[in-house]
Amino acid sequence: MQFIQLLISGVAQGCIYGLIALGFVLIYKATEIVSFAQGELMMVGAFIGVAVMAYLGFPFWLAVIASMAAMALLGLLLERLVIRPVLGQPAFSIVMLTIGIGYLLRGLVTMIPGIGTETRTLDVPYKDATFHWGGLIVGAEQLVVIVATMLLCALLFTMFRYTRLGVAMQAASQNQLAAYYMGIPVQRINGMVWALAGMVAAIAGLLLAPITFVYANMGFIGLKAFPAAVVGGFGSLPGAIVGGLVIGVIESLSGFYLPEGFKDVAAYIVVLIMLMVRPNGLFGERLVKKV
Amino acid sequence: MSGALLSARNLSVRFGGLLAVNDVSFEVAQGEVFTLIGPNGAGKTTVFNLISRIYQPTSGSITYAGPRGEVTLTGQPAHTVAQLGIARTFQNIELFEHASVLANLLIGRHTRRETGLWRDLLFTPRTRAAELKAREKVEEVIDFLDLQHYRDTLVGGLPYGVRKVVELGRALCAEPRLLLLDEPSSGLNVEETDDMAFWIQDIAGDLGITVLMVEHDMSLVSRVSDRVLAMNQGEVLALGTPAEVQADPGVAEAYLGTIDDVSSLRRPPGHKVRGRA
Amino acid sequence: MRFIFKTHYAQDIRLARHGGHVFWYGLLCAFLAIAPWALPEYWLAQLTFVLIYGIAGLGLMLLSGFTGQFSLGHAAFLGVGAYTQALLTAAGWPFFLALACAALLSAAAGIVVGLPALRVKGIYLAIATLAFGFIVEEVFARWTSVTGGNKGMFLQAPEIAGFAFDSSPSFYFLCLVIAAACTLAILNLLRSPTGRAFVAIRDSEISAQSMGVHLAYYKTLSFALSAALAGIAGALYGHKLQFITPEQFNIVQSIDLLLMIVIGGLGSVHGAFLGASFLIFMPQLIGLAKDYLPDSIGQSPGLQTFVYGAVLIAFVMFEPLGIYGRWLKVRAWLQLFPFYRAGMFRRQKSFQKSERLR
Repeated sequence: MQFIQLLISGVAQGCIYGLIALGFVLIYKATEIVSFAQGELMMVGAFIGVAVMAYLGFPFWLAVIASMAAMALLGLLLERLVIRPVLGQPAFSIVMLTIGIGYLLRGLVTMIPGIGTETRTLDVPYKDATFHWGGLIVGAEQLVVIVATMLLCALLFTMFRYTRLGVAMQAASQNQLAAYYMGIPVQRINGMVWALAGMVAAIAGLLLAPITFVYANMGFIGLKAFPAAVVGGFGSLPGAIVGGLVIGVIESLSGFYLPEGFKDVAAYIVVLIMLMVRPNGLFGERLVKKV
Repeated sequence: MSGALLSARNLSVRFGGLLAVNDVSFEVAQGEVFTLIGPNGAGKTTVFNLISRIYQPTSGSITYAGPRGEVTLTGQPAHTVAQLGIARTFQNIELFEHASVLANLLIGRHTRRETGLWRDLLFTPRTRAAELKAREKVEEVIDFLDLQHYRDTLVGGLPYGVRKVVELGRALCAEPRLLLLDEPSSGLNVEETDDMAFWIQDIAGDLGITVLMVEHDMSLVSRVSDRVLAMNQGEVLALGTPAEVQADPGVAEAYLGTIDDVSSLRRPPGHKVRGRA
Repeated sequence: MRFIFKTHYAQDIRLARHGGHVFWYGLLCAFLAIAPWALPEYWLAQLTFVLIYGIAGLGLMLLSGFTGQFSLGHAAFLGVGAYTQALLTAAGWPFFLALACAALLSAAAGIVVGLPALRVKGIYLAIATLAFGFIVEEVFARWTSVTGGNKGMFLQAPEIAGFAFDSSPSFYFLCLVIAAACTLAILNLLRSPTGRAFVAIRDSEISAQSMGVHLAYYKTLSFALSAALAGIAGALYGHKLQFITPEQFNIVQSIDLLLMIVIGGLGSVHGAFLGASFLIFMPQLIGLAKDYLPDSIGQSPGLQTFVYGAVLIAFVMFEPLGIYGRWLKVRAWLQLFPFYRAGMFRRQKSFQKSERLR
């Protein structure tokens, strides 16, 4: 019983990791850029949700939409203003750029008088609801996370498989030059991919808010999403979610069954083991340069 | 077998469902210029990659007459190939973009280095002497290839033709016994191809280095090669002197065009064949 | 532009390429030598920190700038060096012996991280180093019997042959000597076959391998050397602060180190020290600017983070070659005036997917 309880909370946490990982795997697939700013984007999304509910009096569902729209816009702006000019530089520099973006966002939010330095709560309608099944007590926020993630994955899957935009995104991610020749506006697609990643980050932030509350350093949780992406295989969208679930569950179980301290590093031990056994993750592909 | 420098026997390599090289066998004799020809995708560069141990064959073996006796190449790790005296150039130029031409050529001498980590950290007189000697040797190659003008230029800023020459120079700096040239004349104009032909002849004739090359330019092939191997879709089509291979109907059909067109490609009369009779 | 007319091979090998080099670096050495008397104590302490971070930066520059291996957890090696030094000097070991052990232990840790680097490339390696960094930080915090956990450990000032380096100038000179030795070692390495092998691995692994460079050996070596340098820096860091906690060697410190080498100028020895100067003096500048800013911004804890982020973005966007790159451009402009052309330092950009795979 305890085990299933832990499993559920692990799956819920894992879904969050998976969503953040999904964000940067999307960007990686489209542009080969690794974005370390996803965690901070999630944090900003959550703060926007809090802000519009607290200061503009939005109801929850409107706050969700507002946050998603704002983050999509932020993603688009970031791509247009900051990322596009530096394309073509070595991967290392671009990663440092995204780390810089993360720092900038975190510093900016901390500087906002009143909000930045406090921990806020997001007034979700399901805040106090709990479900009872047999001996299980499951908080509604965890269930909402799991269900929302599943819905989002289904939506993304249909988008990529059945819409023209999705197919264009896939094409652009595999071969930019060929995509250009086929008339696909690759740069605009990249902007949309960043917008999509921003929206996914916003959703992750809003889902996480009831569980961990909203504070400026929330983005550091995003660092655990990297092991999730690596375990799943960087460059694989389902891998990101699967990796997140693996990390989340192992973390939850080790918090209970293993001595203190293991919970914090469980994710990292898992990723090291995975890299030793399968250097390209569960679903990743071995990329070798053709000479 | 005893006179052969390199001997490939029943080489096959499979990538997923694709049989890229299928039961290929040939021998390269010491001192000759041996050319692989064939349409794109025939598996020529794959054979090169098998020899330099970037790929592992699914079956077959490669033996090489190394400085210390015969070696089965197929079991060796990739970085030992250079130590055995095999150097290569790459089809798509793999130079070190952020280093100068001189630095690129000096890396070619890596197998001849005399000092290890600790001597290098302290830059002992022995390291200094080895450095000076390395630079002298590299200068010889620079002289041979007329690269003096570009010695200190960063490779990233050089035109394509010069980069191909630098790649050749880097391979020569290793003082190899067998030189693998992957499409040495691709992307070069007529004058540069002429220079390349002279260099290949000098490398084989004056420096005594055995040359194994992949080429598409048939006039270059006729001019410098002693023997030619024609491949198509991973299999051997024909093996023999340039004239024999060009006259082969299978080769004409797969690669060269109808047999009547080949007359202009025959080697001019009086051309001396080096090495083997 | 100064044209160096070379007549001997030795001119290529020498560290100081021409008279100008000798003059300016001599001036720098002279300044560093008289610093304790020229600078007030506070600035001397900051200069000591610049030297210490410079050594760590040298290590990371060797690994990421010259060998092209991404390391997101470098603070872990700093920590290994610091804790080793703390433990050994507390047990009475002589300073230099303890320092050597700190370097060796860090190098061993570097090898542990470096060995998987052979199978694991690019972003996977970066995440592996990130994971390693987090695990080591946690080990520091949990292994209370050895490291004192979150309560921290104390260090004394270094002592050599009975002479205690507890005054600001004496400790500064100790750091200066060690920094100079490390810099000289790295410069020697870079003009020798080993250094060239590192650069070859960064630019094209496959052709480096076909030239006979043993990838496994050199990658591991690069990790070991860079970790050893970080260990030495960590030991000196411990002696400087005289108190270390696991928190000082966390992800923020690792990113600070990376920030340092990117802003300083990736791929240059100067970059390590220029970046270290930036890292140490930027908070000072922010502190000075605070008086001119409205309170809500100036006193906010987020200001430093914001400025760091903004500066990092600005450098990558507008000056990817770092401070050293900007200096080279300024120098070329001055030397060539008025013939300086805007595109002189433009680097090759690589766009196609296949080119990004090494």
